[in-house]
Amino acid sequence: MTTLAEGLVQPRAGSLEVLASGPLATVQDLGRPGQAHLGVGTSGACDRAALRRANRLAGNPEGAAGVELTFGGLAVRAHGRLVVALTGAAGPVDVDGSPTAMDTAFPLWDGAILRVGVPHSGARTYLAVHGGIAVAPVLGSRSTDLLAGLGPRPLKPSDVLPVGTRSYDWTPVDVAPGPAASGADVRVRIILGPHDDWFTPGAVRRLVTSTWTVTNDSNRVGLRLAGPQLDRSVDDELPSELSSELPRELPSAGLLPGAIQVPPSGRPTMLLVDHPVTGGYPVIAVVRDRDLDLAGQLRPGQRIHLRAAAPTS
Amino acid sequence: MTDRRLRPYGDTGLLVELDDLEAVSSLAPAIAAAGIAGVVDVVPAAQTVLVRLDPTRTDVAAVARAVRAIEPAPPDPTSQALVEIAVQYDGPDLDEVGRLTGLGPRGVIAAHIARPWIVGFCGFAPGFAYCAGGDPRLHVPRRGESRTVVPAGSVALAGEFTGVYPRESPGGWQLIGRTDAALWDLDRDPPALLRPGVRVQFVHTDVST
Repeated sequence: MTTLAEGLVQPRAGSLEVLASGPLATVQDLGRPGQAHLGVGTSGACDRAALRRANRLAGNPEGAAGVELTFGGLAVRAHGRLVVALTGAAGPVDVDGSPTAMDTAFPLWDGAILRVGVPHSGARTYLAVHGGIAVAPVLGSRSTDLLAGLGPRPLKPSDVLPVGTRSYDWTPVDVAPGPAASGADVRVRIILGPHDDWFTPGAVRRLVTSTWTVTNDSNRVGLRLAGPQLDRSVDDELPSELSSELPRELPSAGLLPGAIQVPPSGRPTMLLVDHPVTGGYPVIAVVRDRDLDLAGQLRPGQRIHLRAAAPTS
Repeated sequence: MTDRRLRPYGDTGLLVELDDLEAVSSLAPAIAAAGIAGVVDVVPAAQTVLVRLDPTRTDVAAVARAVRAIEPAPPDPTSQALVEIAVQYDGPDLDEVGRLTGLGPRGVIAAHIARPWIVGFCGFAPGFAYCAGGDPRLHVPRRGESRTVVPAGSVALAGEFTGVYPRESPGGWQLIGRTDAALWDLDRDPPALLRPGVRVQFVHTDVST
């Protein structure tokens, strides 16, 4: 992990000073695609649509770096006059004690303190600031990849985040509400495969008919799902006396966010943005791209239903 | 062109299944070089190439059509960079690998340095390269139990591969030695010392250095 950047010790005009970081606050943009062959994953915001919306509200290009909060808990002091916006998981927000709104742009005067509380539902809130968070990029992105150890380390109190000075053409968008993160059961659409044929027909049926619960050991790497065990079909290439003892091994293959991989224990993990680049467990299904942001807002204890969708729909 | 099986990987990926790493090494660079519209990542692995696409710019069917038309381009091994890595062969699993292979520790070292390996693909961690093409007598299984901490620079064997851990991490490979080489350096461009196609010659150095 790199340090945040040089020149971060002294507050200066155009910066955000972290007073409290909550359970996990990281700098995120849309990640570093195109480098998986070097062992570098894409990473980036878990809820990409929410980051894009926050950037639009703050007058930034959609891929500017913002702050991703997991379960709120952020307090920042503005140095210089800033324009900011919050999107994603909604909770209590105030500036110097006065409540303010999500999904809209608002100013922070020099010295003002913005506090973002624990969201009512959903997991991740996004803070964008006009000009973008201007920490030094690593391999073309300012995103923190927790698994690979790339980009700035998670934020902690007394960090000072520089704000970019570049001015963009700002098409004014006053309010841009996004889909409210649901606290109830969530339906996530998946596409079966590429390795669904490694599993019994019953396991594939259970995948799409069961209620799954997101467990506590879930993070930006993936969501562990509690539910029925997903059994592999018996390998008919091995003599039966061997097949029960020797789990068939899949040669390491590339992975993508949304892949639902199943280790020999039969307990599935839905990979999120900081997933490993390659892995050796069969992938029974993959979350549809449109539902990935939804997956990025799931919180431990939440129940989900996986529904098979046609690849082309 | 035969034995190329394409499987959709959600709506953002196409998994190309091939017979072996050699086929992967021929096809993956050809796919990357083809510049297929909307393709954002080409990920070679042991027997597969995963092609990642941007679903706002293309779809799986269009990428599949483009990939089917690509001719593999067998790499010319002599045109690839050769990287030398100096190794102290004093890993905690050296004796065990000597026993598993029947070569003994000295035989394992001799086989490991006998000829260049070739990086097939990267994964696991930034800069971790799966090097193949070594002496087949060195094929050993992973350890029954993986270690929670493998030191940075550990040189290891598993299956048909050898690799070097770029940084301290958990790991289940058999550790036969260690190196001071910087496998991953963000101040270098590219940061990964070992990239697909690069040839790797391990060199035996004295423990005293």
